[in-house]
Amino acid sequence: MASGNDLASMPVANFTGREDSRIEVTGLTKRFLTPKGEAFTALRDVTFTVEPGQFCAVVGPTGCGKSTTLGMVSGLDRPSAGSVRVGGREVDGVTEGVSFMFQADALLPWKTVLGNVELGPTFRGVPKKQARALARDWLRRVGLAGFEDHHPHQLSGGMRKRVGMAAALVNEPKILLMDEPFGALDVQTKAIMQTELLGLWEQLRPSVLFITHDLDEAVALADRVVVMTSGPGSVKAVYDVDLPRPRGAVQDLRYEPRFIDIQHRIWDSLREEVERAYARTAGGNA
Amino acid sequence: MSTVTDAVPAQWGSDTDTAASRAAKRARRRRLTWLWTARVAFAVVMIGGWQLFTTWKIVDPFFYGQPSGIWKRTLDLFEHGTEFGSFWTDIFTTLKEAVYGFGFGSAAGIVLGVALGQNRFLAEVLGPYIKIVNAIPRIVLGSIFIVAFGIGITPKVLLSAVLVFFVVFFNAFQGVREVDRGILSNVKVLGASQLQIVRHVTVPSALTWIIASLHTAFGFAIVGALVGEVLGAQHGVGLVIRTAQGSLDPDGVFAGMLVIAVITLVAEFLITLLERRLLSWRPPSPTEAAAI
Repeated sequence: MASGNDLASMPVANFTGREDSRIEVTGLTKRFLTPKGEAFTALRDVTFTVEPGQFCAVVGPTGCGKSTTLGMVSGLDRPSAGSVRVGGREVDGVTEGVSFMFQADALLPWKTVLGNVELGPTFRGVPKKQARALARDWLRRVGLAGFEDHHPHQLSGGMRKRVGMAAALVNEPKILLMDEPFGALDVQTKAIMQTELLGLWEQLRPSVLFITHDLDEAVALADRVVVMTSGPGSVKAVYDVDLPRPRGAVQDLRYEPRFIDIQHRIWDSLREEVERAYARTAGGNA
Repeated sequence: MSTVTDAVPAQWGSDTDTAASRAAKRARRRRLTWLWTARVAFAVVMIGGWQLFTTWKIVDPFFYGQPSGIWKRTLDLFEHGTEFGSFWTDIFTTLKEAVYGFGFGSAAGIVLGVALGQNRFLAEVLGPYIKIVNAIPRIVLGSIFIVAFGIGITPKVLLSAVLVFFVVFFNAFQGVREVDRGILSNVKVLGASQLQIVRHVTVPSALTWIIASLHTAFGFAIVGALVGEVLGAQHGVGLVIRTAQGSLDPDGVFAGMLVIAVITLVAEFLITLLERRLLSWRPPSPTEAAAI
């Protein structure tokens, strides 16, 4: 559940535990200025915590500010009020040790698969040769050995996602931010990618903040599910998912009674929000 | 290779496949034959018509030249040169001016275009001035350059560089503006420095736009060099053209134009090669992967 505050106890990131990968979102508010000049509150007073090494999913109706939250955790965007702390340190600019996976591929079309995966280490100052070896290793891990010299446009959607995954994980991030990474995939590919993601995550154990509108996906993958309301976005409830790990194939998990039970519980809470958001957009259009 | 059970359908499939591909090849060859016949016919009609009309004096060859005369004049230029020396010197001079102008102009265009595309504030400060300069008929700058720098190659290089600069600049600027936001956020999160972003993302992304502009830009470089030479020069194809004009020799003017056209076509070909090399990552466009 939404954790109590223990912020004061850690002024500096320490490396004894994995404390430096805790994400604390406190009172996060984001306002935008509309083209008409009015202030529009996208996110109000959002508070939740992702424990070190935890897989946390955020679900909510469209337009509830999920992506906005992620933007501020990554440091690409700044909050209007409140704060994001990573490992006890306030986020100010792009956070180190963070990788991001977007819904659209963010691969560079002019670089080969290997060149794309190599970018992360290169940017961190790893020597060329070593970066290349790392990239090769990660491509092998996501099952793309032999495709190093292909360009992204020569790959299928699922393969491009794998490249994205390798590119995000090659830096061995302490925090992995994912913004509906599998949203554009077909159902079968999606299930395969989810299983693979879990496998890779268990090897590295970064803290994950995973945004999705697919509740099944959230429950299958996450330890903690944050349900958000829309207009303005805020946290409605936080659920802990106590399905045992390793969870194995995501396809099979769906039929387990425990899964269905948790899924139902969260859906009851989420449905209201989805219906409300739907009524609002439908009303707006009519 | 295949088992007995699927041998028959495989055989059958490959048979129709080869038949289909043979038919497709034949259709393609037929199309190409027609295409080239039509092209040659077009040239014959245009040039032959010109030749005939001038021979029959329906059109006065004294004003409009004559294809046979142009050809003779061209050969004559190569064999005997002009009154100022070998024709090769003229060609070489014009080429040198155009290539220098092209090099400086496009380099400046790319650097400034990328810099301004990166920096919103700078772009907003300089934007109106660039628009104003762009609205000036820059070809007239040639006169100023000639007055300022004499009749050597400097004013021609400057003029063609100025013409090239704006073409390349606007494309580079736009290219930088079109960089994909998602990719940009991604490399930022990966920890890229500003310089690394420019090198790995901005420039390669803008390259599509920049290279497209280079095709037009070389034409402008040649125009700049020629106009400069027409305004005042010691050597150059532009000078040959102006001399021909002065001695009422339309065949000479056309001969100069012919040579320039060949140069520009060769340059265009080289730029296309460069384009293929630099943009080899691009997926083939649908027209290239011809459907049957």
